[in-house]
Amino acid sequence: METLTFRYATTQTLPGSRPSAITGVVASGNLEVLLERNAPPGECRVEIDTAINGYGDVWAAVVADFVARRQPGGLTITINDGGARPDTVSLRLAQGARLMEAS
Amino acid sequence: MDRETTWKPVTLSTAPLDQSWYEASARARLAGLLDADSFAEFIGPEQRMMSPHLPLFDLPRAFDDGMIVGRGRLAGRDVLAAAQEGRFMGGAFGEIHGAKLVGLLRAALVVKPAAVLILFDTGGVRLQEANAGETAIAEIMRAITQVRAAGIPVVGLIGGRAGCYGGGGLIAGTCARLVISEGGRLSVSGPEVIETNKGAEEFDSRDRALVWRTMGGKHRRLIGAADAFADDTIGAFREAALTAIPAAPAFDLPTLEAEQARLEARLERFGDARDATEIWGRLGINDPAAVPGLTTEAFDTLLAGLPEVSHDAR
Repeated sequence: METLTFRYATTQTLPGSRPSAITGVVASGNLEVLLERNAPPGECRVEIDTAINGYGDVWAAVVADFVARRQPGGLTITINDGGARPDTVSLRLAQGARLMEAS
Repeated sequence: MDRETTWKPVTLSTAPLDQSWYEASARARLAGLLDADSFAEFIGPEQRMMSPHLPLFDLPRAFDDGMIVGRGRLAGRDVLAAAQEGRFMGGAFGEIHGAKLVGLLRAALVVKPAAVLILFDTGGVRLQEANAGETAIAEIMRAITQVRAAGIPVVGLIGGRAGCYGGGGLIAGTCARLVISEGGRLSVSGPEVIETNKGAEEFDSRDRALVWRTMGGKHRRLIGAADAFADDTIGAFREAALTAIPAAPAFDLPTLEAEQARLEARLERFGDARDATEIWGRLGINDPAAVPGLTTEAFDTLLAGLPEVSHDAR
């Protein structure tokens, strides 16, 4: 297991009023993403627990891409990963952001 | 093979009730099964009540430990519900996973819901925390008997990819009513366990047809282990649950004695059968080999002609 923590400054706060959302399941090649609206506006925190060691650079790239696209300010995102591929991670993060944007 | 079959065309509906129960996540099953937006979760994922044991094995945890419990409404009536996520560690019972269900059942004694629904999807006890898991199984069975004794029906729904095995199979045996689908399987020892212990000649776990006709929904319905056979949609499970709740028998001595008598008679009658199709033939089914291919509608018609497979014992 490996724990990774990222912190980003964002230009915007993610719209919507939902306090939290969860998507995905911890399974082989899959992950669960818990999103909570409890970070300061203009900041996004991401913490990842992954079963596969040594992919910190890939995680950093995938998460940075998500943050750049969605500007999810105000969110704490916590991930339990069962060995998902980067494309699956991107889709789950996008799904999570969409759930949080619902009113 | 010139058989009349009326297969339903594939639908591309996005309505929650039309979705496959087998394919859905535990959360999606609960959301569709209960009245819209009525489900309120207890100890949700944001509370991070996770397994204290899995990190010792360097294994990933889940925020809900694969068990989602809460309250909701079913056709306007208050119910408590628990759903296992079969894709997380095979839906296996660990310490937190089991404790959440025990707690829900004990809460039922206080809040007195119209029913407790258990959405099984499990391979049994989680081996990494087996002592806690086994204890949980025992506590759950005890709690179910107390809830049923208080007059609250406990209904099990089985149609997930992990089936309902091991301790889950034991717990299912204590429910007042069981609903099962084609994809659902119900047993204690799973196919691989039997093969490992007794050899492939006893049970070939790779023979999928054998697995399904021995442990699958149709067989379980035909021998009276399950009370209803449902299509693999969330809507079908919802309808079956609504029918099952008022049909739950009283939990008293006459019910238990009737169940004991039914099981003794079943063993006497089918104990020497070598295959499920032999049992189906003895039940009076003319073409046992055709049973696995029957649609739910045709299967229900078949059941209607076999009064012996429906009973009130449990």
